[in-house]
Amino acid sequence: MTLPATIPLLGFGWDDVLFMTLAGIMILAALAVVGMRDIIRSGLAMIICFAALAGIYVIAGAPVVAGAQVLVYIGAISVLVLFAIMLTQTKDAPRSLVFQTQALPAAIASAVLALLIAITVASTDWAGTLPRGWVATLDSATKLAKDLFANYTLPFEVVSVLLLAAVIGGVYLAKRERGAD
Amino acid sequence: MLSVLNGISHSLDAYLILSGILFAIGSFGFLARRNAISMLMAIELMLNAVNLAIIAFGAFTPSLKVDASVIALVVMAAAAAEATVGLAIVIAIYRNRKTPLVDEYDAMRQ
Repeated sequence: MTLPATIPLLGFGWDDVLFMTLAGIMILAALAVVGMRDIIRSGLAMIICFAALAGIYVIAGAPVVAGAQVLVYIGAISVLVLFAIMLTQTKDAPRSLVFQTQALPAAIASAVLALLIAITVASTDWAGTLPRGWVATLDSATKLAKDLFANYTLPFEVVSVLLLAAVIGGVYLAKRERGAD
Repeated sequence: MLSVLNGISHSLDAYLILSGILFAIGSFGFLARRNAISMLMAIELMLNAVNLAIIAFGAFTPSLKVDASVIALVVMAAAAAEATVGLAIVIAIYRNRKTPLVDEYDAMRQ
C-alpha cells in the first residue's frame, strides 16, 4: 500500500504536514521552556524542542546536522543542564516567583522582535536563493566530511582547542577550593 | 487561507520566520526569568534559532549547502563550550550565595 501524494482533504503534501507538526511542537516546547514554573520541566521541554528541531533539519536536507543536534544538544547539553538544575535546586525554588519584574516589557519587546523579523523576512527579496517549491536534497556525509577536512581544517582545529579550553575552564570553575569547606 | 500553508516546507520564508519566533522566545526567556539556569537554557534556544536560519539558507542555496552544515556544526561546538563554562560559573556562584536567582546576585551593587 502506498500513501497518496497529498493529504486527501486538505491538499497538503506530507512534508508540509510534517513541517507544521514539528514547528508547532518546537514552538510549544520553547514556550514551555521559558514559561514553566518548575525548572526541571523546562529542562525536559528543552529536550523536546531540540528533538523537533532535529526533525526540521532533516526536512531541510541536513541529516548530518540533525544527528549532531541529537548527539550534542539532547545527549550532552540537556544532560548537563539537568545536572546543574539538580545541583542548584532548593526546596522553595519552584514555588517562588519565576519571572523578573520586567517580564511584561520583556514579553512586549520579544513580540515586537518576532514581528519585525517576520516582516523583514516576508518583504525581502532573497536574491540568489531558490524560489518556493524547491525540494531540498539530502546532504551527503561524504561531501560534508571532505569539505570539513579540506577547506575548513583550521576552524575545525580551532574548535577542538576551544572545547579543550572549555573543559579545563569548566573543571577549574566548578571545583571546590581546597580547604574552603 | 489554507493555500498559504501549501508547500510551506519548501519556502525559505517559513524557515526564517520560524527561526525568528524561536529567537524571540529565547530572548524573552533570557530577559524575564530569574533563575540563572533558565537564562542559560534561553540562550541555548537562541543559538538553535540561529542554527536553523543557517541551515535554511544552506538548503535554499545549493552552492553553500555543505558550508552551511559546517558552520552549524561549529556553532554547536561553540554552544557546548558556552554551556559548560556558563553552568560551571552558575554552580560556583551557587556555592557561595546559596541561590540560583540572578536578582539576588547583588554583591557588586553595594
